[in-house]
Amino acid sequence: MKPKIPAQSGTFESSDVIVLIEPLPNRSGRKIEISSTVMQQYGESFRHIVDGMLDQYEMTDIHLIAKDKGALEPTIKARLETAIKRSLGQQEGTLT
Amino acid sequence: MLYIPGNNPAMIQQGGIYGADSILLDLEDAVALNQKDAARTLVRNMILVTDFYDSEVCVRVNHLSTPFGLADLEEIVPLQPSAIRYPKTESPEEVIELLNIIEKIEDRHCLPHDKMTLHAMIETAMGVQNVFNIASKFSRIDAITIGGQDLTADMNIIYTPDGTGIDFARKRIVMAAKASHIDVIDTVFPDVNDEEGLRRETEYAKKIGFTGKAIINPRQIDVVHEVFTPTEEEIRKAYRIVKEFRSNSAAGIGVFAIDGKMIDAPIVARAEYLLRLANVTVE
Repeated sequence: MKPKIPAQSGTFESSDVIVLIEPLPNRSGRKIEISSTVMQQYGESFRHIVDGMLDQYEMTDIHLIAKDKGALEPTIKARLETAIKRSLGQQEGTLT
Repeated sequence: MLYIPGNNPAMIQQGGIYGADSILLDLEDAVALNQKDAARTLVRNMILVTDFYDSEVCVRVNHLSTPFGLADLEEIVPLQPSAIRYPKTESPEEVIELLNIIEKIEDRHCLPHDKMTLHAMIETAMGVQNVFNIASKFSRIDAITIGGQDLTADMNIIYTPDGTGIDFARKRIVMAAKASHIDVIDTVFPDVNDEEGLRRETEYAKKIGFTGKAIINPRQIDVVHEVFTPTEEEIRKAYRIVKEFRSNSAAGIGVFAIDGKMIDAPIVARAEYLLRLANVTVE
């Protein structure tokens, strides 16, 4: 699936992550940018979670930016799910 | 009962460490309208993996008349928290509608109908008028609560720290709970910096029959616990009353005296209730 609209979820608060999604032109694939206060320790794990969620929703032609402030896995997954569903027009939220 | 905003991961993940008897993950008033979907997903994920230690976990969903209520139930009911708290409950018919939806979701997930309970929030004038019918007719409702802020808004009165405007409602709600043999939880005290005010209000709530109090900040836990926890002296006295009652009953004596004060059935019943609260068994 392709994002239909730009969307975001999460906050810049501690223990949270803000996720921004925007659609890319056809056949662009995935462009992922992750920054985190714990990048050195958990960057790889974070990337794995992002890839897993995007695979689950079969997302393509997507630009995803995640700015993490030490979120735990259930929070990361919740924010990714919310941003993806908002970008698909399945849920309402900011930027929609 | 500690309220935790449902869209705040830091507060949710730390919710269990403060020692509250129960925590309430709030999807209703503590969440902005454009973040309802985010909070619902976050609360679902956090309940699945977070250790809340000894705290009971409840979730306040949005009312079914809003665009969010049904979606909240679809996500939260399968997780079977200890209780669902339903806001602005006004009539038994609303509870029937709520229970029908909950039970359909439980059936789809092969879940029992008697594990998760309901807390009905009474926070409108109509709810106060109908509270006994709400409290007494449904076995799944094991607590009712008063929502002071919404109630004052519904009554078009200003909230005052002495609680004058909602005093009748408090007492009516307590009486409905007592007649239905369920718990009754007082509203929040909104000024987290006023510890003495909190203590005064909690002592009053206990005095008129509330069995617990909702709080909005972990700093308020100790005061509420201090007020509601029986003192050692109260426990010793209750223990003595129950013990002497049993030995007197065995001898066929119904009324007796301790330290010159008459002890009869209502005093014994109160002593037994206090010992149950303190988890003390009389040998």
